[in-house]
Amino acid sequence: MSILLSSETTFIVQGITGREAVNLTRECLDYGAGAKVVGGVTPGRKGREVHGVPVFDTVAQAVEHHGSPIDGSVVTVPPAFTKDAVLEAIANGIKIVVIVTERIPRSDVAQMVEFAAAHEARIIGPNCLGIIVPDVIKMGGIGGPAKDAAKAYSPGSVGVISRSGGMTTEMSSTLTAAGLGQSTAVSIGGDAIIGQSYAELMPLFEADEETEAIVIYTEPGGRMEAELARWVTENNSRLPIVAFMAGRFMDEMPGMSFGHAGTIVEGKEDTATEKIARLAEAGIVVAEEISQIPDLVREKIAERAAA
Amino acid sequence: MRLFEFEAREVVKRAGIPVTDFGFATSADEARKIAERIGGPTVIKSQVLTGGRMKAGGVKFADTPDEAAEHAEAILKLEIGGHMPRGVLVDPKAEVKQEYYAGVVWDGIRKQPVMLFSDMGGIDIEQVAEEHPDHVGRGHFSTLQPVSEYQAKQVIAQTGVTGSALTRMTPILTRLARLFVERDMTLAEINPLGETAEGHFIALDAHMDMENEARPRQNALLADLGVGGEETRQAREPTPFELAGEEVDSQDHRGVAGNVTEFDGNLGLVIGAGGGSLTLFDAVRAHGGKPANYCEIGGNPSVAKACGLAKLVLQKPGVDKIAVMMSIVSNTRVDIVARGVIKACIELGMDPAEKIAIFRIPGAWEEEGFKILERYGVEYADRSVSMHEAARRAVEKIPA
Amino acid sequence: MRQDALFIGVEVGDEFVDDAELAAKLEAACPVDIYANDSGRVEIVEKNLDECILCRLCMDASPPGAVKVIKLYEDGAVLQ
Repeated sequence: MSILLSSETTFIVQGITGREAVNLTRECLDYGAGAKVVGGVTPGRKGREVHGVPVFDTVAQAVEHHGSPIDGSVVTVPPAFTKDAVLEAIANGIKIVVIVTERIPRSDVAQMVEFAAAHEARIIGPNCLGIIVPDVIKMGGIGGPAKDAAKAYSPGSVGVISRSGGMTTEMSSTLTAAGLGQSTAVSIGGDAIIGQSYAELMPLFEADEETEAIVIYTEPGGRMEAELARWVTENNSRLPIVAFMAGRFMDEMPGMSFGHAGTIVEGKEDTATEKIARLAEAGIVVAEEISQIPDLVREKIAERAAA
Repeated sequence: MRLFEFEAREVVKRAGIPVTDFGFATSADEARKIAERIGGPTVIKSQVLTGGRMKAGGVKFADTPDEAAEHAEAILKLEIGGHMPRGVLVDPKAEVKQEYYAGVVWDGIRKQPVMLFSDMGGIDIEQVAEEHPDHVGRGHFSTLQPVSEYQAKQVIAQTGVTGSALTRMTPILTRLARLFVERDMTLAEINPLGETAEGHFIALDAHMDMENEARPRQNALLADLGVGGEETRQAREPTPFELAGEEVDSQDHRGVAGNVTEFDGNLGLVIGAGGGSLTLFDAVRAHGGKPANYCEIGGNPSVAKACGLAKLVLQKPGVDKIAVMMSIVSNTRVDIVARGVIKACIELGMDPAEKIAIFRIPGAWEEEGFKILERYGVEYADRSVSMHEAARRAVEKIPA
Repeated sequence: MRQDALFIGVEVGDEFVDDAELAAKLEAACPVDIYANDSGRVEIVEKNLDECILCRLCMDASPPGAVKVIKLYEDGAVLQ
């Protein structure tokens, strides 16, 4: 199966007339079974069409046109307007909001996230490439054009969670090449505050019968890995986790900012070394190289099966 | 981005929090005038972004305006932690009977800001939290509505502070929390918050970090404070090479050629995207390679942008070859980047086959990209070659 | 009329160069500004040629065969 999305998921694209949105709308329509992109929203552009998808001024109009609740939204609206667009989506019943936009101030993200929680909606991102269920559906630019996504992603039993969009595809491609497909791959975003952390997605993967193992990509900065380690230990998770951590060189350069907004090393708890140790304590294996991941995954699955 | 102490104090003042009657000076003379205005003993503090000012001799006490001028003269010339001071702060020497701590910071796990308070101010709050947890109060708060005073009151009361100290510090912590949200800070600290003999409270020092992403919408405040648009306020000043990198990125809005950071090795790196860059940089070092730079290409860069970045790196003194590597790309075009880096070599009179140690970018438009690379004899690798392995091949080509 | 840069060359049939309508269409169509409308005359902007994204919008906007996009890195293969 999968988490978050299925072949039946309906969604809109907010900011659909923008360059990036026009591109990813085409990609989502072409990929897998063909996503049910039921509408787009760009204020002032009602009546237009993007690749056959009708454009509306408001989310409410899109919902009315569809005739029933719409499941999700991909938001590509510029940072100054993203919060407004996301609040609008959630206020109109949308439950899964994928925010592609980057450079959104943290306080806006905090407000969106709180609003979502109050409405039982989930935000993926911001600053992310979205979600993909291989050969079924993708929401966002993840994997690129349909034929490229089809090369990198294949259906299977590994759940993938990554703070880097590009690395979601790199790791999934490595798994695919080794004959290990993915149940769902989620690019969770690179910012300091994001809608869904690793730990917050784990219960979904845990409940998904198809998923047998998890692969995560992580970087220094923030405490999400510690949160994951804690969750795994407290919940006696059935899913083995293999992690890859990039940016180890940053331990030697505190205060400098590389990679994503969330990646600034400030204090001991944030360093790569600390994190690796913490993950190891929770039984999470940290691969030295991405090419080692498939073997480690197979090993861990076998271990659990034998236990 | 970090604010200087004098800027942070100004922000605090505007939020309605009592501050000392301080002045900012960029010359000994100005310092003297401020000391005269203050009319009493003063503290002269170097305005640098690094810590350890006291130890380095960047904080001095003066009894007279002449002494203030003397100290200012010396401190203005004193380099601390690799930074020259922007100026000096001339502060009235405060007589306090107790020091407190008030701060606000983001909790990325709770996804809310958190107020922190301690009745043991003047020292490192992390140390206090560890050694005297009863003396630290904390409270998370929602950003969906402005902070209400009772929220700050609760935090302060946790430490046992009561009476007029509680009622007088409550509005201060409230205002600090509000300014944290309104001004898009990632850290806002007043340490120490001093209590005078009469029981009044003043911010004796302030430390603020503003989120970079919020700079555009905080322009008015930043302009008022005199913060230049080009100032990055990073741990160290950008080098000319890094500034040139920013120039390449800002000249053309198509795609990103960002975070160009200078190192001193002989292998130039044209790498991306964010996560890929970190991974590749680690890989190059793991193989004993010496990167000449770090960078992050991403989005959909134009040929011109890719060319500009490659040229910058190729021309960096000491660079022997460049490696062009990325994680699998979805919205970056392999053929466009290939054109850019090859063009850079040719326009510099260099042979792409010789100068590009390896090209490893799998993904969108790769078939077209490979055609271009083959035509120019550039060694390239497809997705079957891992990033780690590509980095190894690049390093191997550099003479030891 | 033909112009070549390093990777891309563009050829506009001589009989079409002074077609004012085409000049306007080409200028509007190309997302990387390879074509300019020089008072009703088709102009090829040499410095933008290498930015060509092979989108075919210029070919779509022209009479068949009027405009050719040439991949210099592929032995002069014409974009189809």
